[in-house]
Amino acid sequence: MVGESSSGAPGSVEQRVWQALETVMDPEIPVISVVDLGLIRKVVVEDDRVAVTMTPTFAGCPALHVMEREIKARLSGLGFATVTVETTLSPAWSTDWLSDSAREKLHAYGIAPPPQHGGAVNLILMEAVPCPQCGSDQTTERNAFGPTACKAIYTCDNCLEPFERFKPV
Amino acid sequence: MKTELGSALGAYLLALADDELILAHRNSEWCGHAPILEEDIAFANLALDEMGHALIWYRLLADVCGEDPDRYPDQLVYTRTAPEFRNVQLVEQPKGDWAYTLVRQFVFDAFEAVRLERLVESSYPPLAQAAAKIQGEEFYHLRHTRAWVHRLGLGTKESNRRMQAAVEAVWPDARQLIAPMEAEAPLVAEGIVPPSGDLEAAWLERVRPEFEAAELALPEDVHPRADSRRDHTESLRDLLAELQHVARAFPEMMAW
Repeated sequence: MVGESSSGAPGSVEQRVWQALETVMDPEIPVISVVDLGLIRKVVVEDDRVAVTMTPTFAGCPALHVMEREIKARLSGLGFATVTVETTLSPAWSTDWLSDSAREKLHAYGIAPPPQHGGAVNLILMEAVPCPQCGSDQTTERNAFGPTACKAIYTCDNCLEPFERFKPV
Repeated sequence: MKTELGSALGAYLLALADDELILAHRNSEWCGHAPILEEDIAFANLALDEMGHALIWYRLLADVCGEDPDRYPDQLVYTRTAPEFRNVQLVEQPKGDWAYTLVRQFVFDAFEAVRLERLVESSYPPLAQAAAKIQGEEFYHLRHTRAWVHRLGLGTKESNRRMQAAVEAVWPDARQLIAPMEAEAPLVAEGIVPPSGDLEAAWLERVRPEFEAAELALPEDVHPRADSRRDHTESLRDLLAELQHVARAFPEMMAW
């Protein structure tokens, strides 16, 4: 879990930064944070300066700017004089970096979480997606593109409910 | 990076970025107009993704030229005139009918997939990393447009007729994708980019079987209508007039 590789030593300033970042939610899926998503790659604290390195989910996701702004506001609130947020493209973000708790939160929110794929995104991953409502795997993909860049639309053939699925990338 | 190589790479990246930007704009024109709601959503998403990819290339270009990666992309998008754009004519053509849009997107996605497979091995790490980022998202594009090529090619007599007409309209412009880019030779020599001509075989292998399976014939022996990425049609001017008019009217507001 690269996304959870560091959260700072207990009681340290770094830990306070990570805790603050855990309160910055994805504006389009307000139950998971930028830390849950595995977007925060590095936090460096030096005196009254903090530098956060983050990676984008989908390159064109409009929520990224919102999250970046929110991170700056939240960390300035901790008393840092300078907050910088840098973006890195490498390694490319993967849904494998979503934490276990993020997967549980997505499921509880009604969004089917992405499967672990180890880097191999293929057609098999698009099939038999369990319905987050009733748990049936008799489901049908309706559209690979949904209301946000990261989600696809499915319907359940058992309970007949439509649902969203976080796309594996 | 040496100056000569830097400016060659800059020209290459500008072409990649402009292709994505202009195609994104054309795709966005389906928003509210696609034949079914699902496709309205799909094409809005495709537009958003391609716009994101354009931004990746424009930012990389800013790094290579020593410009501010936050401001330079806006400057390039909103203040250049048509002759300064380096996109292929394929992406600037009006969106046409649904068949034209799908065929164009499919052949472009297939070409992009082939090029990205080579760019991820670039000897210039930032380029390889950007390509890897884009590659993950393109999987969904190609899968989507490929399915539509089959669906409409094998649909009804009328859908097949319109798809065949689209293939014939798209293909001459699409051939411009494999024309060597301006000044790509030094980049090829350094292993930074693949020779554009080398991508043809892999691209055809990707495209031809899909068209055949969809009962569509790829025209033989066609040549691109445009020789150079400096040549554009009237359509690009119209597109830019729409894309840029607010930014040009309120330059001081330029934050998008």
